[in-house]
Amino acid sequence: MRLWFSLVVGIAVLVAAPILVIVAHLFVPASEHWQHLAGTVLPRYVANSLLLMLGVGAGTLVIGVSTAWLVSMTNFPGRRLFEWSLIVPLAIPSYVIAFTYTGLLEFGGPVQTFLRDFFGWRSAADYWFPQIRSLPGAIVMMTLVFYPYVYMLSRAAFLEQSVCVLDASRTLGRGAWSTFFGVALPLARPAVAGGLALALMETLADFGTVDFFSVDTFVTGIYRTWKGMWLPAVAAQLGAVLMLFILALILLERWSRRGRVSHTTGYYRQLPRFQLRGITAGLASLACAIPVFFGFLLPVTAMAVWTWQSRQLIDSRYVEMALSSLMLATISAVIAVGTAVILAYGRRLVPGRITAVAVQTAALGYAVPGAVIALGIMIPFAFLDNAIDDFARSVFGFSTGLLLTGTWAALIFAYVVRFLAVSSNTIEASLQKVTPSMDGAARTLGLTAGQTLRRVHGPIMRASLLTAGVLVFVDVMKELPATLMMRPFGLNTLAIRSFELASDGLLKESASPSLAIVLAGLIPVILASLMIARSRPGQSS
Amino acid sequence: MTSRLPVMKLRITAFFLVACLLVSGVLTANAAEVNIYSSRQEHLIKHLLDDFTAETGIRYNLLTGDGPGLLERLRREGRNSPADVLITVDVANLVAAKNAEVLQPIQSSVLEENILPQYRDDEGFWYGLSARARIIYYDPERVDQDKITTYESLADPELGQLVCVRSSSNVYNISLTASMIAHHGEEQTEQWVRGLVGNFARSPQDNDTAQIRAVAAGECGVGIANSYYFARLLASDAPADQDVTSRVQVMWPNQEDRGAHMNVSGAGVTMSSRNVDAATKLIEFLSGEHAQEIYARVNNEFPVNPNVQPSGPVVQMGTFKADELDLSVIQKHTMDAVRVMDRGGWR
Repeated sequence: MRLWFSLVVGIAVLVAAPILVIVAHLFVPASEHWQHLAGTVLPRYVANSLLLMLGVGAGTLVIGVSTAWLVSMTNFPGRRLFEWSLIVPLAIPSYVIAFTYTGLLEFGGPVQTFLRDFFGWRSAADYWFPQIRSLPGAIVMMTLVFYPYVYMLSRAAFLEQSVCVLDASRTLGRGAWSTFFGVALPLARPAVAGGLALALMETLADFGTVDFFSVDTFVTGIYRTWKGMWLPAVAAQLGAVLMLFILALILLERWSRRGRVSHTTGYYRQLPRFQLRGITAGLASLACAIPVFFGFLLPVTAMAVWTWQSRQLIDSRYVEMALSSLMLATISAVIAVGTAVILAYGRRLVPGRITAVAVQTAALGYAVPGAVIALGIMIPFAFLDNAIDDFARSVFGFSTGLLLTGTWAALIFAYVVRFLAVSSNTIEASLQKVTPSMDGAARTLGLTAGQTLRRVHGPIMRASLLTAGVLVFVDVMKELPATLMMRPFGLNTLAIRSFELASDGLLKESASPSLAIVLAGLIPVILASLMIARSRPGQSS
Repeated sequence: MTSRLPVMKLRITAFFLVACLLVSGVLTANAAEVNIYSSRQEHLIKHLLDDFTAETGIRYNLLTGDGPGLLERLRREGRNSPADVLITVDVANLVAAKNAEVLQPIQSSVLEENILPQYRDDEGFWYGLSARARIIYYDPERVDQDKITTYESLADPELGQLVCVRSSSNVYNISLTASMIAHHGEEQTEQWVRGLVGNFARSPQDNDTAQIRAVAAGECGVGIANSYYFARLLASDAPADQDVTSRVQVMWPNQEDRGAHMNVSGAGVTMSSRNVDAATKLIEFLSGEHAQEIYARVNNEFPVNPNVQPSGPVVQMGTFKADELDLSVIQKHTMDAVRVMDRGGWR
């Protein structure tokens, strides 16, 4: 047990170090800047961030939970197709979907041009068209690509739910809807909350989309303070405040469901699905088709057309970039999942405040914009590098240079710090569903803690491990600001290429690298989704 | 078990030492190479750098990022930074780098000859490589040109809600406002910002080119954007771009007094450079006639080298009087500029 304790605390401290560096900035005196911000722009930034959070939160909850329930509990035409295709919008970076819809819906885009030609309108003054570059626009864009977090985690929870309680609920006279809201949803709440937390953290830490849409959020304040006023320390302070806000939300949610059970009996068998018919079945298909169409099919088709039109078809440079992106994503995913398993399992073995705080702090990186995380890593790494160099120079008379800063290893570490919450939330939600009696049984039968993890929990959690790995993989493929700031010489990723072209106003030219990000991310998403569908406890394969 | 542990430790230590030596060997061995941190995007400077390699045999490694991000990286990496040269846009970034003590002064007669004195640092910490003016564009059908001859006039309530400009987070706007502070002081500049915001046709959004297009589309009567964006539209074959330039007129601001606000992109040699000679050669090359001609042609900026002519589209935009304000002064006022814009409600 002591081994697990030191392992958990050791890893947590390592991963939490950059986060603590950022939090430590709170003690840098900067009251003058705060007064200025609070007296001018901050209220608007905060209000926009909250509205964005509420909008995306509501949108992802409704779409994510309802579709998850439909595909895991009912049967309707196209269910098997939707089961995996509902995940695929996740492969599209939010800034890419923002570029794409802007290209489609702006004044000179195909939609408005068609409407003008069709109705004979001449200028923008002749008709009203919703402004895509706006707060509502940002809410829709982010909802379309972030709902899969809620969907994936909710579906995993519904699939892992014991059928007994659902049967009992139906036997006791509750209908399908009442069983859903009264039994299944409360039981799935840790998972739903986990998915929602991921969607909201991503929303609050986003810069690319809101900047492109000219919506000022709290992160705008962070960027402005750093890039406009050259005050990275104050920017880090703002980052710390954002992080503490999200921590407070997470704790509030945990506190509000204190004492509730989330694992029930271990009796699983194949679920009898509600067979939907007629109009109900049609509506179910439609409900699942809408997010897939607008979140994936439409933007990807547009990107494909633009790739074709701009004649920037995928060349050898893209192959190199794609390989870099894939390699970084794979390595980071494996490390982030491994780390999350150790942390979650260690916390289960050694319950207590220290492990709880350590694990929670380590998983906060997702709430911070990537550029701030990069700063939090660069500060201690460069300091350490230079200290080692000083030491080597004075003692051995040679320079070691920078051992960590500007290496692939440092970049992968940044990804793990940033995305540990993604793997952690997924795996913890799943581990909570493994009844402690299983641990007891395995240990009584002579397995060590490590063997129990490998031979008992591992197979049970397989779906969640895959889910976690895919989520991190896709997130790394899409990551931009930390990569831009920490990359070594010669490393180019698809995300960097896509963003550089788009920020130069070359929206159509940026379609080909964007498309490559989506396609490269799609394969693992689909594979994992198929495997997850087969992994329900009690499911005959 | 106990006897094996020390051996393991020894092996790990040895491995670590070897790794350290290898890494440091790699870092110090490349004599004929320059490492460049650049906030100019790769596709804008790559062919210039390739020409440099072809001419001098010195190879280069390029790492792009945003200006303040690269500056912070340089600052943290300190004297062990692998970078030899920092290339960035806007004088505010160059002076911030000088103030952060990540650059070293370079004395070179070639540079002094190649670059006009107003476009380089007095002490040789940074050298401008291209110049641009931030100017006014207008729709002659909607706006009387006499009403918009100065930056100050854009804040006149009589003009009406016609002005389009991008966000105040943008460094070009920060520098423009900083130059206003340098000329008029903070209080008067705040009045100017308030007046300007009162004249906005729409909430600030999008990039410089979009402001010019918005004037052509009738969404705004007046726009503010850097000179080379209009020149690029002039140079374009696309009918949509030609339509824009036919509808929009250029106004060189403040021609009766101080002249148009100028800015530069530029470069400096880093404090950590182990290759000062090669780094200096690169900047000399970039300020030389061959590279300046390419800069002028590809980016449509003004050459900093007096022997090189601007590109055709730039010449087409006419001659003008440039503000001779010492560029180094601008950075002193950038923080105040952001605050003034925050207070004045320029998003």
